[in-house]
Amino acid sequence: MGVAIVGVGQTPFRRNCGINIRELCFEAFKEALEDINLAPKEIDASVVCSAPEYDKQRSPAGLISEYLGLASKPTLYAESLCSSSSTGVRVGYSFIKSGLHEIVAVIGFQKMSEISSAEAQERMGRGADIQWESPFGTMMPAGYAMFARSHMHKYGTTEGQLAKIKVKSGKYALSNPLAMFRREVTLEECLKARVIASPLKMFDCCANADGASCVIMASEEKARKITDTPVRVAGIGAASDTLSTTSRTNLTGLDCAIQAGKQAYKMAHIEPKNVDVAEVHDCFTIAELMAYENLGFCKPGEGGKLIEESQTYIGGEIPVNVDGGLLSKGHPIGATGGSQIRTIVLQLQGRAGKTQVGGAEIGLVHNIGGIGLYGNVTILKR
Amino acid sequence: MSFERFGKIGFISETKVASFVKHLEDGKIMATRCSRCGKLYFPPRADCPDDLSTDMTWQQLSGRCKLLTYTTAHFAPTGFRDDVPYTIGLAECEEGVKVYALLSKDIDEKEMRIGMDLQVTPVRLPNSRITYELKKA
Repeated sequence: MGVAIVGVGQTPFRRNCGINIRELCFEAFKEALEDINLAPKEIDASVVCSAPEYDKQRSPAGLISEYLGLASKPTLYAESLCSSSSTGVRVGYSFIKSGLHEIVAVIGFQKMSEISSAEAQERMGRGADIQWESPFGTMMPAGYAMFARSHMHKYGTTEGQLAKIKVKSGKYALSNPLAMFRREVTLEECLKARVIASPLKMFDCCANADGASCVIMASEEKARKITDTPVRVAGIGAASDTLSTTSRTNLTGLDCAIQAGKQAYKMAHIEPKNVDVAEVHDCFTIAELMAYENLGFCKPGEGGKLIEESQTYIGGEIPVNVDGGLLSKGHPIGATGGSQIRTIVLQLQGRAGKTQVGGAEIGLVHNIGGIGLYGNVTILKR
Repeated sequence: MSFERFGKIGFISETKVASFVKHLEDGKIMATRCSRCGKLYFPPRADCPDDLSTDMTWQQLSGRCKLLTYTTAHFAPTGFRDDVPYTIGLAECEEGVKVYALLSKDIDEKEMRIGMDLQVTPVRLPNSRITYELKKA
């Protein structure tokens, strides 16, 4: 029996949201249950996802489950950094596929303003191997910047090509009312912006945000009773890589994404060229460019050319991040994967509004935790 | 001998490879080699997952390496904010293992090139702390 997504929800992603995590989650949960034939009490189990370093609440699953009226049903916490809610969807898939549960709610959240910026700076310093790499003052942008430098050296990728990814992001964010930054950015602005970690500059990086997302999953049999437009989970892949940079062999791509993608394509019996619309993890412009290559939308080294030719715009070979992506939406760690899935579900249901990709039948979500540490690729079919 | 004096900011004090710091004070960059399968590890490990061996021996690295990639950070986590900009590099040693470390401040950013020859070198820090960095070969 297959597994389908029957409802999706997301709060606006914003700075200093002014409400608490349970209220954030409720907003996303409420949207996910709107317009579908499902009462909250019919939900069998919940999976709550975030990155715990930003949480004040210890073991948030219990709190969130109670606030959503799901107490008494099993709940648990899933974490894989920035891909936590894709991991939650993987857990939900397994619950349903095994027959343990028929309807599962996956709730992802992050209130990054929950802790002070000094606390955030301190935690940022502990994202790498704390024994051998954090003592050198590294952080996320530096990690991705090292991939960018390597990609430029090996393939001749340019800062201008990276900037064009942000230009695309800004254009599509204009049509996304939930995005934190809703303005177009010029190529020149991107190239002149202050350096964060060379060669990455301000507009090459996404920003912290507060937000929540929700994905309601059900067995295909149940799904048909809940909605007329279920979206089938056709393929689901996951892989990990080493935390330490010193153990990596590939410095121009993320092996965990390549592996997760291969698994998902095989399971869905499709090839990259069959994907109609994709959401990829663009925490940095280089991350989107590597995703083009790692997912097989182009050959290794040709990501720069793909954006140069505007092939990842609507109307191109493979529209990518037409909701503005993390670069414009903001990146509330635990909520991000669910937000990407929501975008693809709306696309496949024909509810994506101004950024609808005409006739989209197959969509892909690529969600990465850490610097290529956890890779998750999910393929959805109408 | 505790590991807690390693690095400008340290997060780990207890480890089976704490004597790495003592070797560093003696001017040596040490890796570990699994006595059973022969695999060389840097940074050093006390345990080899390939054959579940804990029988490791220390081996000194020459320190000769080539720069694989690098970035100059203009924003930094707690403890490093007064040091920006600084350059973090990943280099490959002639023994095949990789080293993650800061590039010496005496290398100008304009001189930095992927493939350039570098030397992993122990460096003493204030407050009797110690680390290693990538210096010009």
